[in-house]
Amino acid sequence: MNQFRKTLIGAAAAALAATGALAETELTVYTAIEAEDLPRYAETFNKSHPDITVNWVRDSTGVITAKLLAEKDNPQADVVWGLAATSLLLLKSEGMLEPYAPAGVDELDPKFVDKDNPPAWVGMDAWVAAVCVNTIESEKLGLDMPSSWKDLTDPQYEGHVIMPNPASSGTGFLDVSSWLQIFGEEEGWAYMDALHENIARYTHSGSAPCKMAASGEIPIGISFAFRGAKSKAAGGPIEIVVPSEGVGWDMEASAIVAGTAHPEAAQKLIDFTVTKEASEMYNVGYAVVAYPGVAKPVEHFPEGLLDAMIDNDFEFAANNRARILEEWQSRYGSKSDPQ
Amino acid sequence: MRDAEHRPDPYLKIENLWKAFGKFVALRDISLRIEDGEFICFLGPSGCGKTTLLRAIAGLDLQTRGTVEQGGRDVSNLPPSQRDFGIVFQSYALFPNLTIERNVAYGLENTGRSKAEIKERVASLLQLVGLPDQGRKYPAQLSGGQQQRIALARAIATNPGLLLLDEPLSALDAKVRVHLRHEIKELQRKLGVTTVMVTHDQEEALTMADRIVVMNHGVIEQVGTPTDVYRRPQTLFVADFIGEMNQIPATAGGEAQIDIGGVVMQLASHDFPKGHAIVAAIRPEDVIPHGARAHEPGGDDKIETEANALEVDVAEMEFLGSFWRCTLKHACFKDGNLYADFSMNAVRRLDVREGGRMTVELPKSRLMAFDRPEG
Amino acid sequence: MSDAAYTIPEGKNIKGKLSRDDLIMRASMIVIGLYLLVSMVLPLYAMLSKSVSTFRFDLAAFEVQVSDESGANFSEPVTFETLNERLGVVEGLDFIAGSDGRLGVTQFFPDFSFRSPVMYRIRSNQEDGRFLVGSTLHTGTEWLELDSNTFRRVQLRPEQSYGLGNFKTYFSTPALSDSIKNSVMIAVISTIVTVSLAFWFAYALNRSCMRFKGVFRLIAMAPILVPSLLPGIALVYLFGNQGFLKELLMGAEIYGPIGIVIGSVFFTFPHAFIIISTALAISDARLYEASVSLKASAWRTFWTVTVPGARYGLVSAAFVVFNLVITDFGLPKVIGGQFNVLAVDIYKQVIGQQNFEMGAVVSVVLVLPALLAFALDRYVQSKQVALLSARSVPYEPTPNRRTDSIFFVYSCLVAVFIVGILAVCQFAALVKFWPYDLSFSLNNYRFNRMDGGGWAAYFNSIKLGLLTAVFGTAVVFFGAYLVEKSNGFRTGRTIFQMFAMMPMAIPGMVLGLAYIFFFNNPENPFNFIYGTMTILVVCTVTHFYTVSHLTATTALQQMDREFESVSASLKQPTLKLFSRVTVPVCLPAILDISIYLFVNAMTTVSAVVFLYSHDTALASVAVLNMDDAGDIAPAAAMGMMIFYTNAGARILHLIASRGIIGRTQAWRHR
Repeated sequence: MNQFRKTLIGAAAAALAATGALAETELTVYTAIEAEDLPRYAETFNKSHPDITVNWVRDSTGVITAKLLAEKDNPQADVVWGLAATSLLLLKSEGMLEPYAPAGVDELDPKFVDKDNPPAWVGMDAWVAAVCVNTIESEKLGLDMPSSWKDLTDPQYEGHVIMPNPASSGTGFLDVSSWLQIFGEEEGWAYMDALHENIARYTHSGSAPCKMAASGEIPIGISFAFRGAKSKAAGGPIEIVVPSEGVGWDMEASAIVAGTAHPEAAQKLIDFTVTKEASEMYNVGYAVVAYPGVAKPVEHFPEGLLDAMIDNDFEFAANNRARILEEWQSRYGSKSDPQ
Repeated sequence: MRDAEHRPDPYLKIENLWKAFGKFVALRDISLRIEDGEFICFLGPSGCGKTTLLRAIAGLDLQTRGTVEQGGRDVSNLPPSQRDFGIVFQSYALFPNLTIERNVAYGLENTGRSKAEIKERVASLLQLVGLPDQGRKYPAQLSGGQQQRIALARAIATNPGLLLLDEPLSALDAKVRVHLRHEIKELQRKLGVTTVMVTHDQEEALTMADRIVVMNHGVIEQVGTPTDVYRRPQTLFVADFIGEMNQIPATAGGEAQIDIGGVVMQLASHDFPKGHAIVAAIRPEDVIPHGARAHEPGGDDKIETEANALEVDVAEMEFLGSFWRCTLKHACFKDGNLYADFSMNAVRRLDVREGGRMTVELPKSRLMAFDRPEG
Repeated sequence: MSDAAYTIPEGKNIKGKLSRDDLIMRASMIVIGLYLLVSMVLPLYAMLSKSVSTFRFDLAAFEVQVSDESGANFSEPVTFETLNERLGVVEGLDFIAGSDGRLGVTQFFPDFSFRSPVMYRIRSNQEDGRFLVGSTLHTGTEWLELDSNTFRRVQLRPEQSYGLGNFKTYFSTPALSDSIKNSVMIAVISTIVTVSLAFWFAYALNRSCMRFKGVFRLIAMAPILVPSLLPGIALVYLFGNQGFLKELLMGAEIYGPIGIVIGSVFFTFPHAFIIISTALAISDARLYEASVSLKASAWRTFWTVTVPGARYGLVSAAFVVFNLVITDFGLPKVIGGQFNVLAVDIYKQVIGQQNFEMGAVVSVVLVLPALLAFALDRYVQSKQVALLSARSVPYEPTPNRRTDSIFFVYSCLVAVFIVGILAVCQFAALVKFWPYDLSFSLNNYRFNRMDGGGWAAYFNSIKLGLLTAVFGTAVVFFGAYLVEKSNGFRTGRTIFQMFAMMPMAIPGMVLGLAYIFFFNNPENPFNFIYGTMTILVVCTVTHFYTVSHLTATTALQQMDREFESVSASLKQPTLKLFSRVTVPVCLPAILDISIYLFVNAMTTVSAVVFLYSHDTALASVAVLNMDDAGDIAPAAAMGMMIFYTNAGARILHLIASRGIIGRTQAWRHR
């Protein structure tokens, strides 16, 4: 018994010493990356930085953004790794981000880097709008395959289109802000008025429309390409359509939270996020990544997506977000009679 | 009680006690002295303040004003746990999940007694209350009377200086009640413990108490021995509440005289000015029946005070077992009746019958006069 | 006796000396009172102050200088307020903004052109004035010189102030304030439907001689074991566009009021059933005998005896259901579609738009009807006590083939509805890819591959349930004991009692949001519990405090009032009495409280949805989030896991109760 206890204590001490040696710093990292990707990201990072432990705090984009803003005066996070750029802009405008130019940032596609110098955030990969269309249900209902945003306003799609609510979903907001950029303010709203006629309802989440299209609940879901590819891989009978006018996009980006107690470790992590290795890691799920030339095609990803990406003005989106949402709410927010 | 102040200090001394619940004043200026070893009953109708007074003595509901001294110690503001008493409630308040033994032993624990001592003491207590073999049972397995004895055993286990009984017998049925009355009294005498019992049952008070404290509307109406309060009630309330009493409207006459509907009668004395509205009172058993030879001098049926004799009609007779209750009518009572209790003997001897006439006397020494309340 | 004798003499009231027990009990009561203060009152206060925290554009705080065409020679500084007085760009409610509000500056310069060579200088004349260039924050009073192309990117930020501006905005925005009407409508309709259904069900169980009453009773209680949003998931499978029974709706849409009402009926049914069943069980047989002897028809007897006898139960059930529906968040979130209700609005404002102030405003709006329903319910229940205490003879139904079979069929329909919903969820959880691949698989149970927290969330929920049950029961029962049995200290007890009743009137969403405001404040010494399991336990205990407290209080009131007096007279510490007598005697109630807390901790979504962190994700929240992400089948699977866990806990509770009661409550049997 005694012997056993001694062994146990010895083992515990050894384990403690081991973790102590390996993990000198623990970083609290807020993220909105898909849960299933997190262990892989942390593992890859730890290959080159075994001394930094990543403690993930993961939630949907909205929740994480709300959390960060709520903690404005008492930040809990050291680093944000994988949050929508629009959200990071919001944090930046609150002065919550620590500007830092990671080593090798010059290698990145400049589209993916904050314009300030030093940049407050750096991008990782892009997240592109797309339309998921259920082929089985479309056929049943005799719907044509849409090819453009404008097509979706056709009366034949009435009640057969579903999209995320921009007020609660980042994907929804990138759709709306891209339409305003593609069509211009006035025509953009006119477009949404027409589209609204066909919308069955607005979901809270950005991936739900594509999943619903995949399950045939609503045949056409305005969502994002990454989700579409996944649903298709899971066996959903869907076609991923890239509208011809061009598609909105947002990127997942990373930043150091101002006031972190571990600035050096945080910088190391940000340095890692812009490496080629990191972009290769992102490329498993995302077809568009920040490091030029590494992107390999992702299975089921629609072709021509890269070219369809509009020249997104993130500053416009961030600075007009409140106004756009207010306008959107007053136009479509209270569809209190869903019949 | 004014002259009591010269006596040596009693065991329990209550002075100028007031208790208010918000605006309602439940006890008014109560002063009372209880001697060591006395058995005192607080008697009165419900709501008279008797339980409130008991709880003030125990410290369970603190009085608003006034002092309580116990054994020469001022306990006025002490919590119950720092006073010295055992208490028994109407509900027994036995701990339902503990055996009888452990209930009785409850107060003995943590008092420096050894387990064996406690065991011995519990056994002797159970012996004392006549339930030596019930120790392992739970309270719910005993009858009400047995439970109350256990509650008593628990209350006296620690040898308290004062035993408080809050209507201990009211939840029991009549037979058990009568039986337990004697047992409690017996026990109290044996232990010599000063005891205060609250009851609304006059019979209980009369049979058990050394002295009775009659209370009404938050004041003490009278304090005295059972015979005192029965024979010499000081107020109409006491007269009415304890035993039965004929109450006849009358007016005060001259010295030791009263006027009942035109008939002037004699009584021992009264303090009222002439013409004052009073109530003449006499207990039914004190009305003396007389036969034909009542007015003959020297007879064994001689009327004591001629002025107090009345020729009455026997309106109704009700047989109540050991005596007859007769409803008597006379012009001086107006519409009222005089009730009289006559022994079987007397009824047979004097041939009292419904519809007949007879002579009765309201003896001078038993006839009382009280102030007539207005309205 | 003179009048003077009736008035108490002048002087000081006697103040009792406190015994050690009194001190301990008061100190404990203060501790638990402080717990409630910290876990409820202060957070609510924080929320209330958040709702009146507005953001206003203070135009006088920003100054600008404009150069001539040469780009030198700047004009005198002028404030934006002066410019606005000239142009009237911003008016009335436009001054009020959210914390994220921005105001572009170019609109103050009608002839602005971003190509012109004109230069601009801008500064705030207050140290804390804030403006953005692009998205870079500038503070301080330094002048900043910008060319016109950059100047157009300048956005003014609002200043925090206090006032009712948020409420004005709320009520002048139909998209928001319409929810009040929607919420009330849904709650009223659900209340009417649930109470009617539950009444006849309870009637069948109490007043007929049909068979299988035990089974029906068991089925009726099942919905308590699942999160309120689970019926929503089943409804999607039943009446969604790919639903089995879609045709039944005749083209109507399940996403919206219809879905919310059906789901609400499901999850509120047991609550209404218990209350009404209790009311029917106490009805007096003598009244029925009287009615029969007066040769009244069955129908007349029903209306003159049955309904009046159960009226307090009916009213109470109605208020409870109303309150449950109007404060429920999970169900409308899942099946509400575009139909906005207050509880979901709070979520949308906070999580979707990060508009905490507006979230607080909606919370305040939601508290009002909930508070009203709660107050009315308490009032009605206080009246019912008198009815209960009357001595009555229990009613024994007599067999009647016709009515018994009608009631049997009716009860079967209700049972099919309840069991059907659960069965659909279980079916959904097992199907591989609805509706295209109907083969069974356990793929949907691979929670670790979905968002929401995975299997860890499930085990977190069990942990939360156990901690809540243990810690909550201890606090609640001890608190109730203190408030019931301590001496004097009336003010303290009244305040405590008030605190203990409050949580029932506070919707979970409101409590959760209030916790963010209160506990996430870095100056709060309790800040360290934010994001931990502790805050979830505290929040859940507080959320379900009232019912637990009432259960404890009822049990304690059935104890002899004089135990404490006896104990004191025997000079034994009160805490000995508490542990030796009170706790063992009240053990059945204590077990009831712990299972109630456990089941609710497993199913609650509303309060904890704002408070969980990555490490403390919960099963119920996972159901919500998986459904939100479109992973409906795994959501159903997790929901059913909660159901089975709760059902298992209930069975364990039953066995434990029997065992413990058998051992410790031997005294109950003669």
